[in-house]
Amino acid sequence: MTPGMQTAGLSPLDRPNSYIGKAVPRPNLERLLEGRGQYVSDITLPRMVHAVFVRSPHAHARIVGIDVTEAKTMSGVIAVVTGAELAKVITPWVGVLSHLKGLKSAPQHAIAVDRACWQGEAVAAVLATSRALAEDAAEHVVVEYEPLPVVTNVRTALDPATPIIHAELGDNLAFERKIDAGAVDDAFKRSDKIVDVEFIFGRHTGVTLEPRSIVADWAPGDRRMTVYLGNQAPHMVQNIVAKHLDLEEAQVRVLCKDVGGSFGVKVHIYADEMATCALSKLLRRPVKFVADRVESFNTDIHARDHICRGRIGVSHDGTINVFEIDDLTGVGPYSMYPRTSAVEANQVIILIGGPYTTPNYRGRTRVVFQNKNVMSQYRGVGHPIACSITEGLVDLAAQAIGMDPVEIRRRNMVRDDAYPCDSPTGLKFEALSHHASLDKLVAMMRYDDLRAEQVKLRKQGIYRGIGIASFIEVTNPGAAFYGVGGARISSQDGVAVRLDAAGTVICQTSVTEQGQGSESMTAQIVASAIGVSMEKVRVILGDTDNTPYGGGTWASRGTGIAGEAALQAAKVLRGNILATAAAILQGKPDDFDIVDGMIVDAHGQQRIELNELTRIAYFRPDTLPPGFQPELMATRHYVPRQYPFAFTNGVQASWLEVDVITGKVKLLKHWVVEDCGTIINPQLVDEQIRGGVVQGLGAALFEHCIYDETGQLTNANMADYLVPMATEMPDIEVGHQISPTLESELGAKGAGEAGAAGAAACVSNAVNDALSPFGVTITEIPLTPRLILTALGRI
Amino acid sequence: MKAPAFNYARASSVQEAIDLLSHYGDRAKVLSGGQSLMPALNLRLLAPEWLIDIGPIVDLRRISVESGLLTIGASTRHADLHRSPDIAAHAPLLKDAVAHVAHPAIRNRGTIGGSLAHADPASELPACMVALDATIVVLGPDGERRIPAVDFFVGIYETQLLPGELLVAIEVPKRAAGVRHFFSEHVRRSGDYAMAGLAAEAEIDGDAFVRLRLGFFAVGERPILATAARHLIGRPVTEAVLAQACAALDDELAPQDDHQATAGMRRYLARQLLVECIVSLLGRSDLRTKVVA
Ligand SMILES: Cc1cc2nc3c(=O)[nH]c(=O)nc-3n(C[C@H](O)[C@H](O)[C@H](O)COP(=O)(O)OP(=O)(O)OC[C@H]3O[C@@H](n4cnc5c(N)ncnc54)[C@H](O)[C@@H]3O)c2cc1C
Repeated sequence: MTPGMQTAGLSPLDRPNSYIGKAVPRPNLERLLEGRGQYVSDITLPRMVHAVFVRSPHAHARIVGIDVTEAKTMSGVIAVVTGAELAKVITPWVGVLSHLKGLKSAPQHAIAVDRACWQGEAVAAVLATSRALAEDAAEHVVVEYEPLPVVTNVRTALDPATPIIHAELGDNLAFERKIDAGAVDDAFKRSDKIVDVEFIFGRHTGVTLEPRSIVADWAPGDRRMTVYLGNQAPHMVQNIVAKHLDLEEAQVRVLCKDVGGSFGVKVHIYADEMATCALSKLLRRPVKFVADRVESFNTDIHARDHICRGRIGVSHDGTINVFEIDDLTGVGPYSMYPRTSAVEANQVIILIGGPYTTPNYRGRTRVVFQNKNVMSQYRGVGHPIACSITEGLVDLAAQAIGMDPVEIRRRNMVRDDAYPCDSPTGLKFEALSHHASLDKLVAMMRYDDLRAEQVKLRKQGIYRGIGIASFIEVTNPGAAFYGVGGARISSQDGVAVRLDAAGTVICQTSVTEQGQGSESMTAQIVASAIGVSMEKVRVILGDTDNTPYGGGTWASRGTGIAGEAALQAAKVLRGNILATAAAILQGKPDDFDIVDGMIVDAHGQQRIELNELTRIAYFRPDTLPPGFQPELMATRHYVPRQYPFAFTNGVQASWLEVDVITGKVKLLKHWVVEDCGTIINPQLVDEQIRGGVVQGLGAALFEHCIYDETGQLTNANMADYLVPMATEMPDIEVGHQISPTLESELGAKGAGEAGAAGAAACVSNAVNDALSPFGVTITEIPLTPRLILTALGRI
Repeated sequence: MKAPAFNYARASSVQEAIDLLSHYGDRAKVLSGGQSLMPALNLRLLAPEWLIDIGPIVDLRRISVESGLLTIGASTRHADLHRSPDIAAHAPLLKDAVAHVAHPAIRNRGTIGGSLAHADPASELPACMVALDATIVVLGPDGERRIPAVDFFVGIYETQLLPGELLVAIEVPKRAAGVRHFFSEHVRRSGDYAMAGLAAEAEIDGDAFVRLRLGFFAVGERPILATAARHLIGRPVTEAVLAQACAALDDELAPQDDHQATAGMRRYLARQLLVECIVSLLGRSDLRTKVVA
């Protein structure tokens, strides 16, 4: 049997020594565990100064005057810079995208110039030789404010009596979208039961372990700006920094080394980060800014914060006839730049009813401005809300007609053999597996046994609940996300692989690593496709000077897009290596294979090692046949074009107990079945799912940015803002269905946000299931003891 | 979030600490485990000129038992309390309670003296002191003061300690045979400060309480020794008696609203704690609150 035949029909991924589908440890694990990570705060440059921002204590105020005289004289202080001074070196921006029709926003400055629009907006910067000295001096910057009326309540933000935050915009409406599909009014008329409720989602935030941090280094000699930043999208940052600082992109290098968690919080570029770049240019020296925890709470993007009325119409046989929503969200005073603050609302409106065949759907979403911190994309973007509304309504419909929640889903979910198909809102589904996933989930959780246990325990006064939530997830976005809207945020990714002189592989990729395992995923694919061990692959990422151009890691796109580029680049390199081997060994490329770093022949006989091949290629090309030039480096780029997004699906379940005396919810167990297509590293996928679930559980029970009516964030610290902790978390069991996308050879779709998408929805459903004997329904999160005790009428 | 500059002095003996403290008066702060003080400095809520570190004073970190009295040095760590066989034998309430204070990393550094001096009304240990009828021993330039725990706590973060004084020890009466205790608190997450909590100790004769000390926390400006206990002492406890005690308890609490609980919810939780406490101490599950659907 010839090797050519041996591999015929087998993709390089199925080869015997493949890493695909294996839970191999991440290559960067040891380095990080040894404390040798290189985070931005580890970077110290000669002449570097520390920036501290003086931030507005008011949610809305005119800046009457800033007196920096005393601060400037203080020990260690290099400069104190106001917004007006900084505006001379950096232009303001407007966070809109043209495909989000009608989205409007006002120009935002790196440092507020005349007016502060939320509590925490920077109004001046102090630069000193240490952060502590800069903080000392910041206390002596005297800002005179004239407080302005605040807009905090989204329900009244559009009332004529409410002041308009940006007069030039005419009103406080940032964005509105409506959808009307099918025959909604008829469908309600035909329905035997209609459920009509209001859902409330608390504002929360990402709480990355490493806060946002940046070192900006303007080197006047090179006329280059080097930016070290904890960020997910280095090329996006390169473009924006260049654009607003009057530089060419080539003059800006962005490095994103180790990043301590991002979750979407670090996919944006923030005003204070832009200010840091501008300050470096102004002072002609490196400037570091590391947000402290209070600043993180006040300025890292917040998310969710929706009030949504939802209606569902159902027939006695369980047919869901119609969904209708009216959604309202407040996003702070500006639409975030450059990805805007309308994407979450836009996702909510398109994703409602996603798993179901229901053809009738009417939706409206409105995004309003308010004097609170900016809101934008955080893990799951819109999915948790759409899922909670859809699945909350489906459970209430089931309850209204006395049908089991699993049964009503089975009767309405799109059939597994119905693909490809479109949703009523025009979403294109290539291949989903709602029924198989639900069947698997029901088996994993032993649904019927749990129901029996629930009944038994209720008689003893123990109230347990089961909540189910199916979902669809947008992954692998093409240009439809940002590119078509005019943002220079690439949807394609590039990977370059080269065989170096010692026979090892160096791989440069445009995706980035923030802990999810991009480096491992890339190395696994490249090693498998070439035929070397993973230790022989070194992955370089997060450097605009040294990687191909690409989008980065966000929107569950890293593996599906950059993973495919890695595969294609590695296949080209493998072909080039085999051509070189054929030239050396005087055969045809098809006669050879690469197995574990060794060129083998048709009989499986080991012929030469890769480092022998590279020795000849790089140092003794004179021995190669005339005219043959080894090309031991290859680059490929990839972006899906057939589908705007690769939809994935999944279903989650929660089993919990509500203590009806204390109002506490105890999570007992959580199950997830998801379908992300080809799985490269099952452990990494499971970790992504679990991490996302925990963030969703945080939203369901704990996390909440609590503002008072004057726009003050009242719990901007880790004692009062409750993140989920290990003790409160249940075991999370993860199962998979595998429906690969046929658009790419790899077949991988995204998995990063699936956990976050459905977790809160099933907790809400489970709490309502537990409380059903009391006739209580709660459609608000976080589900605090106070909320539950109030609903039960106990306090 | 960097502390403002301060001067730092390490005291190697109690005397040296008192000398330094009386010299700097209210310009100085004692630094013990630092688990409450350092966050306050970093948030710039406090800006003392001097920190007097009492960490090096080994004498302050000890637990001793002598004729009927358990003496706990002020620098005894929360983790020490949890591990100590003497605490387990003679003040098991403290052992139970300290497991609810924060998380292991914080318990490894935080001290009992720091906790009592800090006097957070939601703290577990101050309420235990009240329930256990402990005496707080304080040393100052004018010598020693011995303050009953019920008098020591004055208000939110406020005690009878004067500038220049050092809390040196806590004396807890050794628990007599037959004494029972109860500890429970309601928290959002394990390790959090409580929304309401109760530390109690009781002597029981037959089916009635002979002595009952109820130390509530997080339901007022300081730990509260509930006088409502009087309704439960010396008589068989019935549902009606318990209801009477709950009503009396309600009258003596002055809880506040915060992010986690309203004042009303705190009152409610305190009543639930009282019921659970009586159920547990008397082994009377028939008295348990019933919530019927
Ligand atoms: C995340 C976190 C969670 C926590 N959760 C809880 C909790 O659930 N329950 C709880 O009770 N506590 C909790 N704490 C606080 C912890 O228990 C502290 O250890 C305790 O409050 C203070 O003890 P310390 O030794 O650290 O004191 P320090 O922080 O060093 O000092 C606290 C105050 O007491 C003064 N002081 C300290 N020692 C003396 C002394 N010997 N004489 C006079 N004054 C003195 C100091 O000057 C300072 O004002 C938590 C802390 C953290 C960081």
